[in-house]
Amino acid sequence: MSALGEARPQPAPTGRSLGSIRRSFAPWADPAEVPLIEFARVSKRFGSFAAVSELDLAIYRREFHALLGPSGCGKSTLLRMLAGFEEPTSGEVRLDGQTLNGIPPHKRPVNMMFQSYALFPHMSVEKNVEFGLKQDGMARSERADRVAEMLKLVKLEPFRSRKPAQLSGGQQQRVALARSLAKRPKVLLLDEPLGALDKKLREETQFELMDLQQSLGLTFLIVTHDQEEAMTMADRISVMREGRIAQVGTPETVYEAPASRYVAEFVGGVNILSGTVAERRGDRVRLTVPGGIIEADVPVGSRLQTGSPAVFAVRPEKLRIARHAPADPGVNAFRGEVWDIAYLGDMTLFNARLPGGEILKAATVNAARASAEPLGYEEEVWLTFAPDAGVVLPE
Amino acid sequence: MGGARGWSPFNIVSVVVGFAFLYIPIVLLVVFSFNASRLVTVWTGFSTQWYAALLANQQLLDAAFVTLRIGLISASLATVLGTLAAMALTRYARFRGRLLFSGMIYAPLVMPEVITGLSLLLLFVAVGLDRGFWTVTLAHVTFTMCFVTVVVQSRLVSLDRSLEEAAQDLGCPPWKSFLVVTLPLIWPAVAAGWMLAFTLSLDDLVIASFTSGPSSTTLPMRIYSQVRLGVTPEINAISTILIGIVTFGVVVSAVLTKRGAVRRARDERLAAEG
Repeated sequence: MSALGEARPQPAPTGRSLGSIRRSFAPWADPAEVPLIEFARVSKRFGSFAAVSELDLAIYRREFHALLGPSGCGKSTLLRMLAGFEEPTSGEVRLDGQTLNGIPPHKRPVNMMFQSYALFPHMSVEKNVEFGLKQDGMARSERADRVAEMLKLVKLEPFRSRKPAQLSGGQQQRVALARSLAKRPKVLLLDEPLGALDKKLREETQFELMDLQQSLGLTFLIVTHDQEEAMTMADRISVMREGRIAQVGTPETVYEAPASRYVAEFVGGVNILSGTVAERRGDRVRLTVPGGIIEADVPVGSRLQTGSPAVFAVRPEKLRIARHAPADPGVNAFRGEVWDIAYLGDMTLFNARLPGGEILKAATVNAARASAEPLGYEEEVWLTFAPDAGVVLPE
Repeated sequence: MGGARGWSPFNIVSVVVGFAFLYIPIVLLVVFSFNASRLVTVWTGFSTQWYAALLANQQLLDAAFVTLRIGLISASLATVLGTLAAMALTRYARFRGRLLFSGMIYAPLVMPEVITGLSLLLLFVAVGLDRGFWTVTLAHVTFTMCFVTVVVQSRLVSLDRSLEEAAQDLGCPPWKSFLVVTLPLIWPAVAAGWMLAFTLSLDDLVIASFTSGPSSTTLPMRIYSQVRLGVTPEINAISTILIGIVTFGVVVSAVLTKRGAVRRARDERLAAEG
């Protein structure tokens, strides 16, 4: 990637690893920072179906942002409104402070990588990459240089004169990427870009996309239904539901502090325990749930009060599963029996059945090659967790 | 039943009978165009004299020339209009009155030719248009463009919509993305539509009879009027030439289609090899 340095529009600071750049990158936390992309109370209706409802979202320069949600949640519509293929029914889409409403797709300084790649089948790889530059009226020699640079970037130089149909799926994906990056768009929109690749290639490509985004200093907006993909690549994730944003945050926030039961259940595995607040003391609540009592931390501003219904959401890997009863079995400890075991190699998932019939999922990391006394089916176990292991959410 | 050994007597009989039913009349016509005798039903020997006689028959030649010109112009106009209609029907799926529009495009497909011809005649009379070359041409555009629409539309439906979007996304205005992306990809269908329109125009008798004037007698009209006075081997000869032209068109379009399939197969092989 270093050969590209000269051509970068905004070269990344040198001498620091990508990780350290990523950690310090948080423009959304800075009130002085101006967003690059803004959706302001944007709605889009198709007939009687509301694809997007009064949505607000700000995305910042050089951010890798993921729109995550099930199909039909409006994430693709949002992307297409930015590209110009759909006009908002109401509200405004802004880029760099300028409204995009009413501007046709071919006049917008954003480019899109399509889910189907949409490579022009009658043009060679080279011509595909050159297409956008030609529309801008760029000089021939400059065009040739840019195409060569792009093909080098995606390592497709030997295939420059091939037609798209003569390439494998992974190579086609790279051509699509090179073509959409060739014009140096202000924002690159990616619509399920890795959906057609097999798992191994998809994982490799995820890291390549991240490196590319960092080294080119571009803003990426990706649409995906794959939460792992979003977590791997994105600086921030917008979890969407029925045309609205359920939560925006870093992968850590969305995973560890989901704002609602929907987000908790959509992103990753989770145990949900429904109950009522028995007592609230400062930032600590006691919940009574079927089969026990939970003591959990809540944020200071939480509006949970004694008597209000609430759910406790805790990730399987936060539960400790053991044969022996803990010292204080009254709180945050559940007795059950092993109901199902899924050995995944790196970790093992246990489904433990509580006396009331509820199932709790616990995951253990297989740090050693073999356990001396592995847990077996129908064995009695204790599941315990810390007060800060999960989150208390309104029902 | 698959494979060459799967031919049962029933299959053989049905294929032979079917093809005989279709082609015996045509074969007879072609054979007798090379007959030395003036009598159309008695074979006396091989001769090409009727083809030579054709060249001397100014009336037939004039009619053939008129037909050819009408065919070329009407097929070209019908192809432009039919392709645009197909674009409108496939690409702008949500406009008001789409169902009515598509129904109206397809109506001429099933409309009896007599009615199409008669209504066009009434229209031309009403607007005071003198019947002649251009009225026949317009009439042919009217009844052939729906066939073009059907052919082109079936191709457009299978064309990835995002190709045009990608072109626009890369800075290409819609009209240009149609010319540089859509048209190059659908041209075999457009060409096939043109061929179909040309063939339909070439052999139309009914609509031309209603809409033509004194100076614009088409070949089918000329042949029909001559046959009423008795079939001559000259007619067989001109018909054989017509069959030749149509066969050529069909073979060319089949080869174009086949070539596309062969190329796709080769591309897939190359892609698999990496």
